Amino acid sequence: MGEPDAGGRFGDFGGRYVPETLMPALIELEEEFRAAWGDPEFRSELDHLLTEYAGRPSPLTECHRLSAELGCRILLKREDLNHTGSHKINNVLGQALLARRMGKTRLVAETGAGQHGVAAATAAALMGMECVIYMGEVDMGRQELNVFRMRLLGAEVTAAHSGSRTLKDAVNEAMRHWVSTVEDSYYLLGSVMGPHPYPWMVRELQRVLGSEAREQSLLALDQQLPDVVVACVGGGSNAAGIFSGFVDNPEVSLVGVEPAGGAAVGHGVPGIVHGMNSFLLQDDVGQVLEAESISAGLDYPGVGPEHSFLSQSGRVTYESVTDAQVIEAFVLLSRTEGIIPALESAHGLAWIVANSERLHGKSVLLNLSGRGDKDVAQMMDVLADRL
Amino acid sequence: MRSRIDSGEKALVPYMTGGLGDWVTTVGAIASAGADAIEVGIPFSDPVMDGPVIQEASRRALEAGTTPGSVLDELSTADVGVPLAVMTYANLVYRFGWDRFADALVVSGVSGAIVADIPLEESEPWCAAADARGVETIMLGAPTGSDARLRRVVVRARGFVYAVGLLGVTGERESLAETSSEIARRLKAMTDKPVLVGVGIGSPDQAAEVCEVADGVVIGSAVVRRALETNSPEAVGELVGEFRQAMS
Repeated sequence: MGEPDAGGRFGDFGGRYVPETLMPALIELEEEFRAAWGDPEFRSELDHLLTEYAGRPSPLTECHRLSAELGCRILLKREDLNHTGSHKINNVLGQALLARRMGKTRLVAETGAGQHGVAAATAAALMGMECVIYMGEVDMGRQELNVFRMRLLGAEVTAAHSGSRTLKDAVNEAMRHWVSTVEDSYYLLGSVMGPHPYPWMVRELQRVLGSEAREQSLLALDQQLPDVVVACVGGGSNAAGIFSGFVDNPEVSLVGVEPAGGAAVGHGVPGIVHGMNSFLLQDDVGQVLEAESISAGLDYPGVGPEHSFLSQSGRVTYESVTDAQVIEAFVLLSRTEGIIPALESAHGLAWIVANSERLHGKSVLLNLSGRGDKDVAQMMDVLADRL
Repeated sequence: MRSRIDSGEKALVPYMTGGLGDWVTTVGAIASAGADAIEVGIPFSDPVMDGPVIQEASRRALEAGTTPGSVLDELSTADVGVPLAVMTYANLVYRFGWDRFADALVVSGVSGAIVADIPLEESEPWCAAADARGVETIMLGAPTGSDARLRRVVVRARGFVYAVGLLGVTGERESLAETSSEIARRLKAMTDKPVLVGVGIGSPDQAAEVCEVADGVVIGSAVVRRALETNSPEAVGELVGEFRQAMS
């Protein structure tokens, strides 16, 4: 996965569709990130934080009981074991260091399930910065625990009341806020989406998990790479991170799993929203549709532009699973391996379960992008009749 | 508009959300009240450059079934008597098709367009389509732009240069931001094209104040708020008349 072109495009996708007020900030951000990323001192400071603070490298866990049950060899990349409970910390620590290097004192972020928000609030606390987080009103209801965590960490959490009151609307509000505060605020976008340079920058910051997973897979599989690599896709940052470790090996199948109610690649057509041209769920005239998913983190009608490119080029296959399949996968991993997955990550497992026949005998690496603690309250209601 | 500015007067360009209530009559009332041109908003589901007033107007218009096609159709039968421009967002134009949208503007008698999320870097396909059909693309110059960037903006701008009055989204403010006159002054020093300030001009007094430097103003949220609150084209016309009077 290489650099986008000078206009921030991966093939036909990407770009910088933002109000004029923000363009100078995006140009500056690209220059600053490029300089920082090439600066050994910056890299070593980030590596140090990832190791000493976030707990990297995250382990690779072979699932013996689950493998026996499904008939394929399943390995989990354990991003759930990172500090703050997901892969989001990788991106956030990098961008917060960049913000500090740029002399910014305030972080602005959007969040869906709250994992990025919690990670952003954590980084802000660590570096003594102010932090404002926008979250859809509906998501604040279903992810109450994460709202409290963000506030406990000192962040200001503001509800987005417009539209579907989920992640899409939180991004709108965060962008509006950034337009007003662009001189002292740093917009800490949480996924491989939005205007250039974010899709590229966030993928570079998530690359660490793909590189680790590649080395760990070689060790676990007698110097072989896994046959299939699976990750859930909302905006697509955990998928971009893990795919980056395998994309150059055509013998490895890459599968991105979207929620059936928010399958931008699966059901969308190219469109422009949130600063990027990418596959988008929209109506005939171009109004953006509301996604609908049990998982707040994937409840998004768009997808990062590099995923649209990887889909178009055929390198990655994008599939979808239903909420019902996700609930079963959530329970299955809990019961067979003692690992409660985030609902987002359970999408990947749900796809493996649904395709276990054709995966028979193969090695499958699943990016377990987050832990399910945040989803337990929501799942208590969903599973009330069964437990 | 040009002749008004050449004779030393100031240009007044009100904005109205297409599809909001009796909007075509309102556009007529705005014209009669002394507007030099009118911006008609084509509502988008995710208007990131707009504050609460225009968001709410857009929401209501969309709920009423408004589409880009319906706004342009209704404009084609309206006889307003002043130049019209549309203001919208990239995806609606992209989905319509750059060329087809420019064609549709011409058919509807619309002479200009502002696409809020198409900055210089992304402007080529749209501007090529618009230029080929004589549709004027109004570009925005923002306080965050360097002089070098603003120079490129004024070169690309057709019709007039839209000076963004402050760091923020559309909406009225208590007082005129210092940035309003400053951005107008910077842009005026670079171009002979008319420089109109928009975003944050909420009252006739503020309009008069910024017109000490600028060639005119775009007033959006104040007008739309009046339309939302009164649902009366006459009341909107009265407000526009107050701006006209303050600026003369």
